[in-house]
Amino acid sequence: MIAELGLAALWMSAALAALQLVLAGGGLWSGKKAVAEKGALLSGVRPVAVAQGALVTLSFLCLLLLFLRSDMSVALVALNSHSAKPLLYKFAGTWGNHEGSMLLWVMVMGLAGAAVALFERALRHDTHVATLGAQAAISLGFYAFLLFSSNPFARLNPAAPDGQGLNPLLQDPGLAFHPPTLYIGYVGLSVAFSFAVGALLTRNVDAVFARAMRPWVLAAWVMLTIGIVAGSYWAYYELGWGGWWFWDPVENASLMPWLAATALLHSVTVLATRDALRAWTIMLAVIAFSMSMVGTFLVRSGILTSVHAFAVDPQRGSFILALLLIYIGGALALFGARVGTVREGSQFEPMSRESLLVINNLLLTVILGVVLIGTLYPLMTEAFGHQVSVGPPYFDRITGPLALIMMLAMVAGPLTRWRKDKVGVVAGRLLWPLLIMIATGAVLFVLGGERMSILSFLGLMVAGGVALGSIAPLFKRNLRRTPLFVWGMVVAHLGCAVSLAGMAADSAFTSEKLIAMAPGEKVETAGWKLHFDKVGPIAGDNWSAMQADMTVRRGGSVDIIHPQSRFFSNPPTTTSEAALLTRWNGQLYVVLGEQLDDGRWQMRIWWKPFVTLIWYGGLMIALGGVLTLIGRERRGWALKLRKSHAQEEWA
Amino acid sequence: MAMKSKHQRLVLAVIAIIAVIGAGLLAASALKDEAAYFYAPNDVKVKGVEPGKAIRLGGMVVGGSIKKQADGVTIAFDVTDGKATVPARFTGIAPDLFKENSGVVAEGSFDDKGVFIANNLLAKHDERYMPRELEGLEYNATTHQMSSERQMKAEQQQ
Repeated sequence: MIAELGLAALWMSAALAALQLVLAGGGLWSGKKAVAEKGALLSGVRPVAVAQGALVTLSFLCLLLLFLRSDMSVALVALNSHSAKPLLYKFAGTWGNHEGSMLLWVMVMGLAGAAVALFERALRHDTHVATLGAQAAISLGFYAFLLFSSNPFARLNPAAPDGQGLNPLLQDPGLAFHPPTLYIGYVGLSVAFSFAVGALLTRNVDAVFARAMRPWVLAAWVMLTIGIVAGSYWAYYELGWGGWWFWDPVENASLMPWLAATALLHSVTVLATRDALRAWTIMLAVIAFSMSMVGTFLVRSGILTSVHAFAVDPQRGSFILALLLIYIGGALALFGARVGTVREGSQFEPMSRESLLVINNLLLTVILGVVLIGTLYPLMTEAFGHQVSVGPPYFDRITGPLALIMMLAMVAGPLTRWRKDKVGVVAGRLLWPLLIMIATGAVLFVLGGERMSILSFLGLMVAGGVALGSIAPLFKRNLRRTPLFVWGMVVAHLGCAVSLAGMAADSAFTSEKLIAMAPGEKVETAGWKLHFDKVGPIAGDNWSAMQADMTVRRGGSVDIIHPQSRFFSNPPTTTSEAALLTRWNGQLYVVLGEQLDDGRWQMRIWWKPFVTLIWYGGLMIALGGVLTLIGRERRGWALKLRKSHAQEEWA
Repeated sequence: MAMKSKHQRLVLAVIAIIAVIGAGLLAASALKDEAAYFYAPNDVKVKGVEPGKAIRLGGMVVGGSIKKQADGVTIAFDVTDGKATVPARFTGIAPDLFKENSGVVAEGSFDDKGVFIANNLLAKHDERYMPRELEGLEYNATTHQMSSERQMKAEQQQ
């Protein structure tokens, strides 16, 4: 019953999306008069969007319930779940497969549309209607994809005795957290896309429009940032390879929308504050969500192999490719047709904050282009019969230096005035950050910088300067009166410096030891003394493991850590669970390998100084976004509250 | 030197186009140096690979060829595609499904003596997650012949 209810709800959401599109499109087509009349059209479309969001959520909850009840008469559950799985993974396993994750995708998209219908107040009525219409148009394509080629509710007759289980690599609390946050960000960008389409259709690109769009971009960007940070940390501790970013195509698929969204975030601020960069902002809004769709195509079509690609099915690939071409092509065609009607915004001088933000945007775009080419290149060559892989050497070599240059522009931007500034004055403000940077470089050099790679050396140097430079906008200000959105910017920019310092420190100072040792033996590395006490079997919920006990000492502290090698029976797989010991100045990371014939065990031991800064910095970036969102929107919320109070008093 | 109002948009558009072209050129030049091509042992024999160049070597681990070194963490093994065989060495913790008579893709480069030094091994994980190059690859342990669905398809087409 539940499966049928879920499927019915999904069909009805699709029908409502079609209705939403027809209402919005038909209304706008029939003329502007009705629109101008106090948004009569809007009040018609709005409830449809809300109902669509509610129904698709119901459909998702049905699937969730099926997974929680381990209903093996549903094919998806039988293929991807197992009754003996811990409850958390039954729950999170809902989106640990192709169909479920696509249902999560359309649910987020439906809810985002409902949120735009409910909470958006600043947008002109006709643009609002067009935005909801565009959102419905995108949703419709993905509903069709689910219903026609990836039905999550398909029954299995006869029902399976039990399920085949979830990929053990995914059986980790990270699964409950990483995909939902990433998807909210990823799919949240569809709102920016719909706004851009709506603005183009109704010829309404100006500062007021940008101020309406900004909070939606910010919210999606914050979630995307958190999702990427969570994914990076998850991969770091779960895969046991000691790395935090592998330039895996699937990682790139999440990085590309983030790069575009970061550029968009900055250009929409220029548009909102200074009414400049109109066409460019619209273009970026289109690109950002296009990158989300390209990412989905790469991941869901099965043309890539990775732990994220659940199923290989060429029909699905062509379906998503068709959607991709329709939406991106349509939006670009609309942009081409209407860009002439977008009037040019305000002017600015070559030396101004606008110019620096343009540089930031261009560098982000170049990095995006380089990542996109590197990700697609293996697919293109394969079409010609050559198998090629493009890995870290390519990406590091180009994105590293570009990111460092971008960091410098990031420091200069907030210290430069809008519209017009003097080169000499800006240079004066940059003096201290520059001196700190040089001082950092000098200290590193004395401490043995010649042993580092040039990129980590420069990274640490730039991180020092950027750290100071990003808090420089607070100097000579009354800190209490400093607006919250300035704090947000400072925290986010400081987060970039913190993260950069972590990345550079990890690559410059990490020490690794690979050794085979028997219980009772000792090893010393990077100031740590590790004693291998014993190793023995233990059992978990749905796995058994060999677990080592190691006593580790450094300075006066003594800890016991437990690296494991886990065996799962459904499906039969072995995973290694690294033992992590976090100190303020780094992490000890120990992996238990296999046992040798002579009784020794392989051990891989890393000491990674300041590696945690990478993720703390990432979280600071997201926190900065949250502060900015609150700071910018608080006034609007207060106003709305007062209004509703006033209405209540009148009633 | 204020920019004329008509010109600013044009200037920005030109800069943007230059940036995009720049990205393309940058990517192309780096791809030429850094892209790692996939080689089967027979490709190595026929085409030759210069020492130090990063490649991916893929094939089957020859039965009985895995030898553990005294340090416990280095292994030597042979990779074959049925036509040629290449000696390889790896230091580290090998993936669980790295076995004899089973597929492997090794990332690394050749040393001066023609031994492939792998810095990463990708083994067939399960049917849902395996290196793309190994898809549908079968190895017959008695005849030492390999066959792949892909190859067969390609041969049929020819």
